[in-house]
Amino acid sequence: MFPLGAAFGLLVVQSGLDWWWALVLSVLVYAGSMEFLAVGLLVAITPLPQLALTTFLVNFRHVFYALSFPLQRVRGRAGKTYSMYALTDEAYALTATRPGATLSSARILWLQGFCQGYWVAGSVAGALLGSWLAMDLLGLTFTLTALFVVLAMDAVRVERDLPTPVLAFICAVLALVMAPGELLLTGMGLFVATLVVRFLMRKKGDDAHA
Amino acid sequence: MPDTLYLVAASLAMFAVTFALRALPFAALRPLRDSALVAYLSRHMPAGVMVILVVYTLRGVSLGETPHGLPEALAIAATVILHLARRNAVVSILGGTAVYALLVNLVFA
Repeated sequence: MFPLGAAFGLLVVQSGLDWWWALVLSVLVYAGSMEFLAVGLLVAITPLPQLALTTFLVNFRHVFYALSFPLQRVRGRAGKTYSMYALTDEAYALTATRPGATLSSARILWLQGFCQGYWVAGSVAGALLGSWLAMDLLGLTFTLTALFVVLAMDAVRVERDLPTPVLAFICAVLALVMAPGELLLTGMGLFVATLVVRFLMRKKGDDAHA
Repeated sequence: MPDTLYLVAASLAMFAVTFALRALPFAALRPLRDSALVAYLSRHMPAGVMVILVVYTLRGVSLGETPHGLPEALAIAATVILHLARRNAVVSILGGTAVYALLVNLVFA
């Protein structure tokens, strides 16, 4: 958590934003991959509706975390609110795989608090280091590419479903050719559409078998 | 450079969408559990979305001009190999970035 946070902080400063935006983004957005992506989108002054839609698509996976995260064990309104706000990929991975009965309210909240503490401290440290260095580190933006390569590999490993990344790649290349200025939303729109079509076809197949 | 007002509004917009995606499903657990489409999408979206983001971060790379995207291709290969070998995200990301930085600063400079 800390080294990745530091890489994020460095990226913020290298992109020309003040160091404390690393702190603001880590506290307000608090979703690692979206924060990395946000730096470039913010510097390009992406219109808010597009930014909101991109956030929705990138973070959509969180919708399903509610089904197995042990929120019922967290006591108090404030505790529950923090727990939902800090329900990151890491917090989910650390809690959902363990039997809920072994986790107390305090334990879940401390765990989430530590995750965020490491991330925020890392991002501030990276941002301060970046302002102190005050020089261009050529090649640092590749952190973003490497991060998404790693996250894609982890996601494929969990699902063991190769057509999905291949289809997504085709959608992205199509979007790059058709609408280079709107690659992100066009590519994701095409991809979600192909998923819905695949889902409907599979359902039809199941119905025919039944 | 974006002004402060834009940055504040943009951060709040991202906060609102992210918090809604994390909190609202708890209020609708039953319909969520029953929706096969939501289950299908949230299972298949992450891998695809990440692949699209990889392409997005490489959109400025010109294959027609030297070095023909070679530093990016080599650095991605390094990231993939590191991740297959060590399965440690931090090692793979920082290692891949180090390879890229060496390539663009020393080899292809």
